[in-house]
Amino acid sequence: MNTFWRTFKVAAWLGWEMDSNWTEPWLFIVYSVVKPVAGAFILVLMYTVFAFLPGNRQDLAAFSYMYVGNSFFIFVGSVLFGTFQVIQSDREWYQTIRYVYMAPISYYVYIVGRAASKVVVAAFAVLITLVFGVVFLNVQIHMTLGSVPLFLVSTALGLAVLLAIGICLGGVSFLTAKHTHGLAEGIPGIFYVFCGVLFPLSVLPVWGQAVGRAIPLTYWFDITRRLLAPTIGVDSTLVGYSDLTILLLLFVSSIAFFGLSVLIFKAGEYFARKAGKIDMTTSY
Amino acid sequence: MKPATVRRADLRYRIGLNLRAVVGRSYPRIVGANREPSWIFFEALLPLLGIAAYVFIYQSFGARALAATTDPAKIAAIQANTNALIASVVLGGTMVAFWLNVLWSMASQLYWEKEIGNLQLYMMAPMNRMALLGGMAVGGMVMTSMRAVSTLIAGIFVFGVLFQVADPLMLLAVFFVALTALYGLGMMFASLYLLWGREAWNLSALMEEPIFFSSGFYFPVGGLFKVPGWGPVVGILGSFVPATFGLDALRQLTLGTTAFGGQLWIFDVRTELYILLFMAVLFLILARYSLAYLETLAKREGKLTSRHQ
Repeated sequence: MNTFWRTFKVAAWLGWEMDSNWTEPWLFIVYSVVKPVAGAFILVLMYTVFAFLPGNRQDLAAFSYMYVGNSFFIFVGSVLFGTFQVIQSDREWYQTIRYVYMAPISYYVYIVGRAASKVVVAAFAVLITLVFGVVFLNVQIHMTLGSVPLFLVSTALGLAVLLAIGICLGGVSFLTAKHTHGLAEGIPGIFYVFCGVLFPLSVLPVWGQAVGRAIPLTYWFDITRRLLAPTIGVDSTLVGYSDLTILLLLFVSSIAFFGLSVLIFKAGEYFARKAGKIDMTTSY
Repeated sequence: MKPATVRRADLRYRIGLNLRAVVGRSYPRIVGANREPSWIFFEALLPLLGIAAYVFIYQSFGARALAATTDPAKIAAIQANTNALIASVVLGGTMVAFWLNVLWSMASQLYWEKEIGNLQLYMMAPMNRMALLGGMAVGGMVMTSMRAVSTLIAGIFVFGVLFQVADPLMLLAVFFVALTALYGLGMMFASLYLLWGREAWNLSALMEEPIFFSSGFYFPVGGLFKVPGWGPVVGILGSFVPATFGLDALRQLTLGTTAFGGQLWIFDVRTELYILLFMAVLFLILARYSLAYLETLAKREGKLTSRHQ
């Protein structure tokens, strides 16, 4: 256990240094904020343009629904990228994977540690995006003090599920070429479409709704929105689930995904070693 | 003069050499990608989901607006606007593919080459650096076309987008001039990587969402000019990226100038084509000079081949 903790700490420190030491701290803070805020502004302009056109009207509830969902989606992009890119960056970019891999540490824990700094930066970006929305864009957030513990627990469980999914992807990327950007764009894209992040599941076709209901993150987004913005009144189609049911579902999912992540990671590792792909480079 | 010097001064020889360099650098991109077919799934099909999300946002807005009205004229207007906005997203999605290719496979490619030790080999080779970047651009365009075409096909067959192309020649002209300008900008950025390391890599990362926003990849960019105060400022800044005018012109050519009541366009198509032409020439010239300047600077500071900066 002590080795795991030490590995996690050192990997987290390494991840933080790699993420941030290329520039001055103030520039890094600006950099960390500009990207997610610009992402939110794409949605603001999509809404503005729609509302501006003849025949349409302002729809603050739909806007708040979308804005809150998008703010928390920052976690999805960062945590997933933060985990699965470790293998590819160590392998293709820094070409240090053989040394780290040979070290007497758990490579799984090392990846989780490397992702930790991304989680912290993402939390900061989520906070800034939400505050910006409330102050300047009239986003309807009314979280009560009593909801805070539930919110913290659901966020922790959601992040655990995300980390486990990221490790699963890492296991797959042991075997694939340099597809970091495709994965970084595509996998979060699945959650962006099917998890009711920006629009209620009812917009999707029936099969799409079924896919959405099978992904635990859908429930995470729903409970987060319920706790943060209980008054927006957009039917997410998940009203039949109580808060505690969703929490239980997230708990079970996080355990299941942890098991799955260990399985996929080990399988990816085994086949990569067998095929001699652990330290391959695919540069074209 | 030595025969080698005479040969190097021969224009025909130099053109041939540089064309061979273009083919040589584009070859591994096209062939290498085909040897690793998993990229079709990861780079061409998976990213379609992100675009689908933006399509569903407009569909969701449209559905809510339709639910709140019974006036047939308003219903028709809402449906027409929603369809035009979805078409705007699909076109933006095709351009996203090229922009990301410019950022990650053009601009930052020299960084990768430096990291894996190829850059010094390129520097020693007798061809022009622009030919090297030109080869990257050609190979990148071929690879990216797969994603762009699959986005268009998905837009037409999955989301039922209707494009009305009245002037196909103009459409092709705008598209190719916009791409030339875009890749010219990429070549200019590439020179930064000769000198910088992770700073430039992070700069590329920073030029994703903020550029998608300021260039109107997912909404008609004229919408920015309707936002009082900061809107026009962001719109003007975004116009320095050729994708802004390229997308605006492509949208006018495929949706008709009367779409959105004709209120969300910046200039007419012809003016935008002239601006794009100007940008294409300017960025290619600037790229040539900035490459030469930054190469010298990088050599002087000893950073040209230093890895893991």
